[in-house]
Order: sequence, then structure tokens, then C-alpha cells
Amino acid sequence: MSAVVFARHAMTPAERLRDASWVAFVGLILGIPLIGLTTVDVGGRLAIETRFGVLAAGVVAVFFGRLLLRWAVDQARNRKLERDRASTASAAQRASGTQKVVSTLGWLMLGASIALPIMFSDNRYVVDTATTVLIYVMLGWGLNVVVGLAGLLDLGYVAFYAVGAYSYALLSTQFGWSFWEALPVSGALAASFGILLGYPILRLRGDYLAIVTLGFGEIVRIILVNWTELSGGPNGISSIPRPSFFGLDFSRSAPEGQQTFAGFFGLDFSPMHRLIFLYYLILVLALLTNLFVSRLRKLPVGRAWEALREDEIACQAMGMNTTNIKLSAFAIGAMLGGFAGVFFASRQGFISPESFVFTESAIVLAIVVLGGMGSQMGVVLAATLLVLIPEFGRNFAEYRMLLFGLAMVLIMVWRPGGLLAHREPTLRLGAAGKEGAR
Amino acid sequence: MAYALQQLINGLTLGAMYGLIAIGYTMVYGIIGMINFAHGDIFMVSAFIAVTAFTLLAAADVTSVPLALTFVLIVSIFFTSAYGWAVERTAYRPLRGSTRLAPLISAIGMSILLQNTVQLTQGARVKPIPPVIQGGIELWSTPDFTVQIGWSQVLIIVTTVVLMTAFTWMITQTPFGRQQRACEQDRTMAALLGVNVDRTISLTFMLGAALAAVAGVMVTVYYGVVDFFIGFLAGIKAFTAAVLGGIGSLPGAMLGGLLIGLIESFWAAYLSAEYKDVATFGILCLVLMLRPSGLLGRPEVEKV
Repeated sequence: MSAVVFARHAMTPAERLRDASWVAFVGLILGIPLIGLTTVDVGGRLAIETRFGVLAAGVVAVFFGRLLLRWAVDQARNRKLERDRASTASAAQRASGTQKVVSTLGWLMLGASIALPIMFSDNRYVVDTATTVLIYVMLGWGLNVVVGLAGLLDLGYVAFYAVGAYSYALLSTQFGWSFWEALPVSGALAASFGILLGYPILRLRGDYLAIVTLGFGEIVRIILVNWTELSGGPNGISSIPRPSFFGLDFSRSAPEGQQTFAGFFGLDFSPMHRLIFLYYLILVLALLTNLFVSRLRKLPVGRAWEALREDEIACQAMGMNTTNIKLSAFAIGAMLGGFAGVFFASRQGFISPESFVFTESAIVLAIVVLGGMGSQMGVVLAATLLVLIPEFGRNFAEYRMLLFGLAMVLIMVWRPGGLLAHREPTLRLGAAGKEGAR
Repeated sequence: MAYALQQLINGLTLGAMYGLIAIGYTMVYGIIGMINFAHGDIFMVSAFIAVTAFTLLAAADVTSVPLALTFVLIVSIFFTSAYGWAVERTAYRPLRGSTRLAPLISAIGMSILLQNTVQLTQGARVKPIPPVIQGGIELWSTPDFTVQIGWSQVLIIVTTVVLMTAFTWMITQTPFGRQQRACEQDRTMAALLGVNVDRTISLTFMLGAALAAVAGVMVTVYYGVVDFFIGFLAGIKAFTAAVLGGIGSLPGAMLGGLLIGLIESFWAAYLSAEYKDVATFGILCLVLMLRPSGLLGRPEVEKV
């Protein structure tokens, strides 16, 4: 946002009315072709249907909504000005305060996420939704390496997610590999795809990179749709084995010579056991990802990523090998995406190219950016928000994606730097000269 | 040979439409340096407006084709530019001057919003309209294949050429074009010299939307069916075209559009229809590897 704050005079009521009327007029113009008029199929031919009543109601709603919004924004601005005048705390103090709040919040959320399945142990829906949130958190943390740390805009992240999911599906259904055997191999495969994609496009920058990664994502999806012998085409791969708890199955009855989870621990069989196990599995995977990435940030390679993001030419001038730095970012991001894909495939038991469309990449990127680039906590907040908005919208099902898009725009306009815009420098020369590595 | 000629005609038609949409991407990129992801959906909205307008005309018993086309074009351009303006005003202007990724995310949100609004208000089903322009000219007839150019294809190619000429003239010769180019080079300096930057950017968005509207009407006339999802693929293809030609360059966008159209129709005709998009993106990757700033793009001078 611009640093200059214009001292705007308060709007007079007449100005407010004029402003709201203008917005309502624009709403009317935009509404006529889409809301006011529609075409319906009448016996094979289209006929016009008018909905001017709905349109009028919409325009009136826009008018009053705008009045209210303008008023609320002005109030908020006045309060902020008052507060800025009154507050004596320096920006640095406030920043460290935010940091403390964020870290407390992090521990609280960790506690809550561990306790969640215990509190809702009989609520299938809550545990399922929480698992979805965690998948997106993990994807967000993985993409954060590429976008947030290395500053390479990747619009085809879902490709690596797909590679992970399909390699687990194929390894397990064709060769009978277990989840734990397939996990590292699938991750490595995804990482090599990352290098494969990264290598030819190292010279590209910014938006050229974005479109090539987008194209790569689409290429992978199209191949999955059309290479029926390998991927099952649009029908996908079904009956993918679920992960087991150290060899103990979560089914009602075990095959010959094996035990079920419930039987081994002397519990009554419940389908919730598997869901809760899956939840903890992705929680552990996500936490490991977080630990891994935050350790990497303190290693030379992590520092190199952030240096590359800030200034590529300076990096080259310092004699850093930008090729290796970029490739390592791509490979590690891809590997984490691949892990998430393996988990996704084993949780769903069924995958098809439908799950790996561009919208998924866009959602994961939105999670990273909405969270505040490079902020690990921000990713958690944004992932929770973006998964829960459509879930809450399920009551009025057809509006849920509309709400989702609207929320993306509104959050971005409200906080252009992301929900947690404050970014702590990884390396700081403090007053005592000590290396304050976060 | 005859078959190839037919593919050439089809490819040029397709490419002309991609080119029209690509100009919207390239102009917006040139002036504010962002990928306007919602542009493909603006194009889709215009196609829906065209369907509604054609149906209105059919209900009013208008049979003259030129009259109908003019009316539909005017209506579609008017409303679509209003959409272009509103999208910029609400989703992008508040984010000007923030990070590079913020408007991108907001644009993706806008694209989802537009798609779902149309799905909700106009229905998810495919909308067919009766053919507006029928017939064509037989160019060349061999015993086993007849090369034919449809009147709608002629219309699309001629309209595109006329629009491109007018557009190039406007950007290079008129005061608005000068202001537009000034904003592209240096927004702050342009503002200091009395150019209304906000207005110029708004107009750029409206012009881009107007060209997308022409493409939308053409697609409706050419294919005769419209659904709420056409914006996505058309948008991606057009953006690919803009990048292929060198983003920020107007002739580049047109050239890129034509190339993408030709690659697509030839690949689909001779190799495999399923993998035509793979070919498009593959060739894009190849071109960018050899010329990282596109075919006609000027290489950026990097400064520290």
C-alpha cells in the first residue's frame, strides 16, 4: 500500500448518497445481462426470461451495502488515526509483540490439533474436514519453499501432488508396495519431476516461469487423462490400499494370519479408528515438513533461497550457483508435494485426474500468498480459512465456490500482504551482535 | 495438400480469436505488470451476453444478419467493458503498489467468482444458438476433399485484421495511445507530466475487455455453443499466445495467437487431437528456452 496517507475530509451525507448511487448504477449495468436477463431452453430453442425483480432487489441491496461499507470504513479509519496518535509504542515493539502472539497461537493450535480427534472422536465430519485442512497445510508449506522462500512463481504445483498420488497408487496396486515403502520412492519421483521441470526453465523469470509451470501442470493432467494404460484415464485408479498401523489393518476382519487394529488392542471395531489414524498421520507428516523447512531455512541452502528471492543478480555477483539453488528449491518443494499426494491417494482410496486440476494449484498458491509469503503460521491460518469457507457454504451448495472466489478477492484487498504480513528476517544483526536466527 | 490448406484456414480462424484475447493480457501486463487471470472469464461473460442478445433479436424477429451482428457486437462490447472496468476497480486498483503476487491471487479469485456467478445466474448447461451465418466459399475442389472457407471464418479473419489495424493506429497515433505507452514506461513520471494514470489503466482494461467481447461474439457465431467453462481454456491459450509472442508486445500477441491456433489445428489434424494442448505448451517451453523473452519481446535490461 502507498505509504502516503491522505488526510481525507469526512464525507458529507450528500457525498455518501452520490457515491452509493454511482455504485448501485454500476451494479445495475453489470446486473442487466447476467441477472436481469437469462436464456432458458424451451423445446430445443432458447427463449428469454427476465428477472428484473431480483435485479432491482440486488441493486437496492448494493446501494445500502455501499452506504454501510463506506461508513464502516470511515469509522475504522478514524479509530486507527486516533490510535496511532495515542500510541507511543514503536513499530519494533509492536512487531515483536505480534511475533509473540503468533508463536503463542502456534503452540495453541498445535495443542488443539492434537486434541481435536479426541474431542470429536465420534464426529466423522469434523475429523475428515480437519484432515483436508492438514493436507492443504502440508501442500502450502511445500509450495512455500518454492514461492515464499525462493521467490519462484509456480502455478503448476498440483503436478507434483499428482505425481506423488499416482506413483503411490501404481506402486501399491500393481506391485503391492505398502504405504511406508512407497512414501520415500514417490517423494523421490516427485522431486525428480521437479528437477525435470526446473532444469529447462532456469533462465526464465517471473511471469514467464509462471506460465511454463502452469503449462507443465496441464501437460501432466492431460497425460493422466489420455494415457489410459498407465493411469486408467478419466476413470482413475480405485481400490488403493490404505496405510496400516505397523502392519495392523483397520478393517473389520483381518485376512488369514493377520490381526486387525481393533482386535490387537482389544477394542470394539469402529470405522473412526482409521480416520483418526489418518488424521494423526497427516499431522505428523505436516509437522515433519514444517520442522524440515524451518531447519533448512537456517542452512546455507535456505539462506541462499531467500537471497535469491531478494536479488538474483547480487547472488550471482557473490558467486552463488543460482542453478543449484533454484533446482534444490524446485526439488524439495516437489518432494513435499509428492508426500502430500501419497497421503491423499491412500486416504481417498481412489484418484482420478479430476483431483489435479489447475484450481487446486491456484488454491495452494492462494494459501501461501493469503497467509503472507514465507510465513509458516500464515499458511495454517489461510488453509483453515480456505477449506472452511466452502464447508460452511455447503448449506447453500451452489454458492460455495462463489463465496470462495469472493473471499479470495476480499481478503487480498483487505490485507494485501497476507494475513500474517509481518515477516521476521531469518538472520539479524542484533544490538548484541548475536545471530538471532528466529 | 487440400487438407493442409483447410487446416491452415481453420488454424488462422482459431488463431485470430486467440490473438484478440491475447491483446487484453499483453496490454494489461504492459501497463501494470500483472497477469489478469480473470480475462478469460471476461471473454466467457461476453459470449453469454452475445447469446442473450441473439436470443433477444430472434424474439424480436430481426432477420437481417448484418444488423443483428452490429447490434450484438455493440451490446456485448458495452457490457463487457463495464465488467472489465469493474473488475479492475474492485479487485486490482486497491492492490496497486503492493507485492507482485497480491493482484495475481485477487485475479484468480475474480476468475472463480465470475465463473460461478455465470453458472448460477445463467445455468450450468451448454447454451446453443441457431447458426447465424451459414455457407461459405469453395476454394478448391479435389476429388476426395473440398477446401471450404465459411462466411463466419471470413468474418472472423476480416474483423480481426480491421481491429488490429485500428488498434495499432490508436496506440501509435492518438493522444490516448501516447498516454498509454507513457504509463507503460514509467507510471510515476507519466503522472508528474499530467497523465491521468488511473483513467488510462481503467481504459486499458476496458479496451482489453472490448476486444475480448469481439472474440466472444465471434466464438458464439462460429461454434454456436457457449458454456460457463470456456473462459478457462481460452484464457490459458491466449495467455500462452501473449507470452509466446513476447508479453507486452501487441504484434507479438497477434503473432503468438496465430501460431498457437495453427499449431493446435495442425497437431489435431495430423498427430493426435488429445495431445494438442501438450503440443501447445511444449512448443511454448521450447521457444522460451531459446528466447526467454518471447518471439518479439524485448529482452529486459536487468539492473541491480
